Amino acid sequence: MTTHAAAAPGSNYLTNGFSLKSWLLTKDHKRIAILYMISITVFFVLGGLFAFVVRLELLTPAGDLMEADTYNRMFTMHGVVMIFFFLIPSIPAVLGNFLVPIMIGAKDLAFPKINLASWYLYNIAGVITLAAIAMGGVDTGWTFYTPFSTTYANGYVVLTVVGLFINGFSSIFTGLNFIVSIHRMRAPGLTWFRLPLFIWGHYATSLVIMLGTPVIAITLALLAAERALHLGIFDPALGGDPILFQHLFWFYSHPAVYIMILPSMGVISEIISAFTRKKIFGYHFVAFASIAIAILGFLVWGHHLFVSGQSIYAGLVFSVLSMLVGVPSAVKVFNWMATLYQGSISRQTPMLYALGFIGLFTIGGLTGVMLATIGLDVHVHDTYFVVAHFHYIMVGGAIMGYLGGIHFWWPKMTGRLYPNFWSKLSAGLVFVGFNLTFFPQFILGYLGMPRRYWSYPDEMQVLNVLSTAGATILGVGYAMPLFYLLWSLKGGRVADDNPWGAYGLEWETSSPPPTENFLHDPVVTGGPYDYAELERKRG
Amino acid sequence: MFPEAASTFAGEVDTLYFVWIAVSLFFSVLIAAFIIFFFMKYRRREWYQYGNQAEVKTLPLEITWSVIPLIITLAMFAWGAKVFFDLSRPPVDADAYYAVGKQWMWKFQHPEGVREINDLHVPVGRPIQLTMTSEDVIHSFYVPAFRVKKDVLPGRYTTVWFEATQPGRYHLFCAEYCGTEHSRMIGSVYALSPEDYESWLATGVAGPTLQASGEELFEQFACATCHQVGDGASVDATRLARGPALRGLFGTEVALASGRTVTADESYIRQSILNPQADIVAGWQPIMPTFKGQVTAEQVNALVDFIKSLDGEPAGVPGLGEDLREGAVPALQAATDSVDELEGNRPDAG
Repeated sequence: MTTHAAAAPGSNYLTNGFSLKSWLLTKDHKRIAILYMISITVFFVLGGLFAFVVRLELLTPAGDLMEADTYNRMFTMHGVVMIFFFLIPSIPAVLGNFLVPIMIGAKDLAFPKINLASWYLYNIAGVITLAAIAMGGVDTGWTFYTPFSTTYANGYVVLTVVGLFINGFSSIFTGLNFIVSIHRMRAPGLTWFRLPLFIWGHYATSLVIMLGTPVIAITLALLAAERALHLGIFDPALGGDPILFQHLFWFYSHPAVYIMILPSMGVISEIISAFTRKKIFGYHFVAFASIAIAILGFLVWGHHLFVSGQSIYAGLVFSVLSMLVGVPSAVKVFNWMATLYQGSISRQTPMLYALGFIGLFTIGGLTGVMLATIGLDVHVHDTYFVVAHFHYIMVGGAIMGYLGGIHFWWPKMTGRLYPNFWSKLSAGLVFVGFNLTFFPQFILGYLGMPRRYWSYPDEMQVLNVLSTAGATILGVGYAMPLFYLLWSLKGGRVADDNPWGAYGLEWETSSPPPTENFLHDPVVTGGPYDYAELERKRG
Repeated sequence: MFPEAASTFAGEVDTLYFVWIAVSLFFSVLIAAFIIFFFMKYRRREWYQYGNQAEVKTLPLEITWSVIPLIITLAMFAWGAKVFFDLSRPPVDADAYYAVGKQWMWKFQHPEGVREINDLHVPVGRPIQLTMTSEDVIHSFYVPAFRVKKDVLPGRYTTVWFEATQPGRYHLFCAEYCGTEHSRMIGSVYALSPEDYESWLATGVAGPTLQASGEELFEQFACATCHQVGDGASVDATRLARGPALRGLFGTEVALASGRTVTADESYIRQSILNPQADIVAGWQPIMPTFKGQVTAEQVNALVDFIKSLDGEPAGVPGLGEDLREGAVPALQAATDSVDELEGNRPDAG
């Protein structure tokens, strides 16, 4: 595939300077990825703790663990932290930052300083949001619906949205960097249809980020202005439109779901190909499906407004468009399934995460199409059915992809392997815990339990207890990698350059890679996932 | 494990749901079965082993598994749309109830004049249409047993309708997060047999009907000074120059001075009472004062219900032959004002 490009032993991006300054002022995309990984892990732990408090409250029907206001703040901060500070940035900022330049054979991203700035913006945004939380939090729900958020909410709404506004720029910087890098910095011979599907996923995601994020920034700015100055944009008492906010908000926030899921699909494609040692079945379809999902994703926001009083015909249009998103998603699932056929399937941890992803994504996707069916949505809208659905898609999809990706590329990033037993156990606990947490919520939702309820009717307790029990298992499964991955940095076996025998530019450089990624500029001569060539070379 | 089904929609929605569950189960099990089977059968035996690298034609399979989901999707969409039409279109003879949402309670008004808080009694076997508005934030009226839900908005009216089929007591939830006591903004819908409903009404404090209170308020606020409610034969010509006549207005298209056309529905009438300058009917002076702060949300409901009840032919002006429903400029007005001046007079112009 390329000219030989392995690094000289002993010199890599991790050993290139040990001072704090060499990290905090680094322009190396790989170090920035590690910085992001640390920040993002902090927010994941925080968001997870909020979630656990919420589940604990719901163990009993009476709201007896905390005050209603406290509970409302807990679920709001769980949503805000998890969505804006974990799910949206996780894969692009950590895995994307680390791998996009390497996979396209470049030395770095197009704008290394902007890349570093994006990490700083992320942290500034995080500190502002955490300050709002420390001062008492916010109780609007992560959706900030008006006129509740502008006029009636208790808590630090303006401070929180300032944090999210700044965070948006961090997102935009990352997207901009990816788009320019993928267009301009591909290695000689690396044509568009020789790109790994991970790159296609990130390309599609970056398009959504660039087109959508400015809209949420403007929306949040309007919200803050309305709350501070009472301009009458959203408040009907001042002649504003209470629904306008929902249109603006979901115009970004629905595509944001695809910001979370498209990079994850890229990760899954890489893992499945590597652990079957086969080319992904229907590479072109999978690549185009990413673009199709990104485009269609902008046309479906109205399904969040089916019961808001919007016109029947608007509802029907949004219904059919939303359901159509299911088709390219289904195509991807079928393609991954077909890739397994006559593959050489390795049962390593990343593969377990990838297959777990397919299971959870299938359930999340099918229930998504159910929700898009407008006559059915009326009943389950704003109930736990929706809560279960979006956790299957966003958490089942994005976190399985993130953890799978971390496990897949960990040896490349750190030069160390992690213990097989513990990592497989953790993958198993995550899968079981996840299903036990969220599957009962589908039934709860059809029973009619509305979301964001602090107390609920007695007959709904059994399913809530199951859900909380599942969340406990899930929490253990999520916590384990923190320990064994950190342990592996010292105690793990030293990894080869290509420990999985996988195909791709990132496996042709050393583990960990040198600062400039490759000692010799790679030249690409073959298509993606060309395992036939690896096999020939070996034979 | 399964909610009660107590409205005419419940069965329809449940059938749609079950068919979807069946389709989902079929595909989930199919995909899971293939994956587990392949996972077992094609396990890697030796470290150096590769998958089958034979070039395969993917196009026929790709087209098959794109088209099949597409067809299923479109079919289910059509079915869902049909159910949604039923949910969205109340029968014309539905009984008119009103609801007002407020942090954190539901206030209801029966057509017979009875008021309730958090409880709603309805007769079984009658289509009930609720016209709803909110005094503060967005709420959502949700009765799981009826499979109906509709957001309740400040500054607007939304409607929801249902027909209960089984007597009983059912949960009423607020489904849109509305602040501290959101999960306590709950109540009960009691579906009663028609006889029980009649006796329940008889034991209640019998107030005037909604329509009658509306009529009373209409007089109290002297609305008739400007707005004709009589039929064409009893038109008082001296009052004609002030405001549009109201008989037969409800549900018709109204041309506005701004050039837009709106339907004279609940929201429009409410708007005209509370913020009359916003949508001036073409050809009329923007002289109506606002009644904001003077009327409660319930009183607005009563006024709307009274105006709704004014069916029949609109009051014409003998000899002028103008139809106000078309928004034509009455000759009396046209003689003194031009539309351009009216536009200039609108406080929100420019």
